[in-house]
Amino acid sequence: MSDIKYTESHEWLRLEADGCATVGVTDYAQNLLGDLVYVALPREGDRFAQGEEAATIESVKAAGEIKIPVDGTVVSVNVALADEPSLVNEAAESAGWFFRMRIDNPEQLAGLMDAAGYHAYIGA
Amino acid sequence: MSHTETLSRTPLYALHVELGAKMVPFAGYEMPVQYPLGILKEHQHTRAAAGLFDVSHMGQVKLIGAEAAAALETLVPIDVIDLPVGLQRYALFTNDDGGILDDLMVANFGGGVLYVVVNAACKAQDIAHLKSKIGHRCEVVELTDRALLALQGPAAATVLARHAPAVAELTFMHCTRVELAGVECYVSRSGYTGEDGYEISVPADHAEALARLLLAEPEVQAIGLGARDSLRLEAGLCLYGHDIDTSTTPIEGSLLWAISKARRPGGERAGGYPGAAVVARHIAEGVQRKRVGLLVKDKVPVREGAELVDADGHTIGKVTSGGFGPTLGAPLAMGYVASAHAALGTPLFAMVRGKPVAVEVAKTPFVPQRYYRS
Repeated sequence: MSDIKYTESHEWLRLEADGCATVGVTDYAQNLLGDLVYVALPREGDRFAQGEEAATIESVKAAGEIKIPVDGTVVSVNVALADEPSLVNEAAESAGWFFRMRIDNPEQLAGLMDAAGYHAYIGA
Repeated sequence: MSHTETLSRTPLYALHVELGAKMVPFAGYEMPVQYPLGILKEHQHTRAAAGLFDVSHMGQVKLIGAEAAAALETLVPIDVIDLPVGLQRYALFTNDDGGILDDLMVANFGGGVLYVVVNAACKAQDIAHLKSKIGHRCEVVELTDRALLALQGPAAATVLARHAPAVAELTFMHCTRVELAGVECYVSRSGYTGEDGYEISVPADHAEALARLLLAEPEVQAIGLGARDSLRLEAGLCLYGHDIDTSTTPIEGSLLWAISKARRPGGERAGGYPGAAVVARHIAEGVQRKRVGLLVKDKVPVREGAELVDADGHTIGKVTSGGFGPTLGAPLAMGYVASAHAALGTPLFAMVRGKPVAVEVAKTPFVPQRYYRS
């Protein structure tokens, strides 16, 4: 069983052993966006409601946003992305993670897709 | 999507798909925005070696007849009459208000034949304009049976000369007819990237063979519209419909250099094109606003439509093109600013998602042009 969940706006959320979650953008989405050239990360301690914009991204083509998958508070950010946005293109679902968060409302996890659901959603 | 049914395809459509291009609608055509290499690497490859671009969506027109040059001069502020055979010039169609209807290239093929290349989005309107205004003085023939390729980059000359040695001797903005892939092509040493390179007009039924021949060269990579845009932006070149349009005159657009001396006030054939009085007044009295280059003092791209404000927060202009410059390694933009803020080095702010981003008026090109002049 994978503990990775997906949103309709193409974020992934991985539940970690410490109860926190890591959030990023899916490989499918990075491929649509094209080469990333800029990432604006949230600050530690920022609190967002589900679906709020937590990070901004810019590719050579267009601007986009990372929405927080569930209510929560940012506990750390991937500072490497600020200097190297291309990490997201190279490894969207591993080294290209955006932030870790504390989940305020675990019931919302049930509303996210699992891997099979997401693959069906994107038509893969 | 139903609207794609109305989109046209260039003779290279099947090749783009075979190469794995992402196809997007552009100016009524399905065009490759990028190939699997991606926009950043395509951009860098063009600056390092050679890129092949399909620009067959652009309009190719011949003006034929002894009066063609004199007739065309009534529509553009350019010296066409004294344009030497084998040379091309950048030109602008102006309207009666001095606004810009389109930008174009005009080449003199000799024997009373001018060859004109216009923008895809404007071509129907441009051809109608030519026919209605000068169709009684020369023949206006759209070359619908020809494709247009661009080979751009420092290796372009080496690559193309392998197949047609004569092209090595052309200098910037010169053109000739040569045989490539077994068929006569019109080749000019010009382009839209700031690099040395060529534009090649080829009969449509030979376009794919020529493209394959060039792509088989080790230096050459297919390049999409995405990198074409970042390359031209770094080169400080205008994109029609964005950086210039009917609401901007050539002087507001900082394109005085494109108005031939013979057609400026005091020149031997001064005026005589639509809106000449407005343009003359703009030259003499200056303009309220001007197109300038903008360097971004932050990492965030500043895009078309962003408002430009001064230190007091007053809106003084707008960004008309912007993005990330892969060779510059930083975001860059161009836009219009009130003339009081147009001096090089003027600090301004661009509003991005409601926040001011520091920018500075900068000279263009942002990346040195590398045209082959001798």
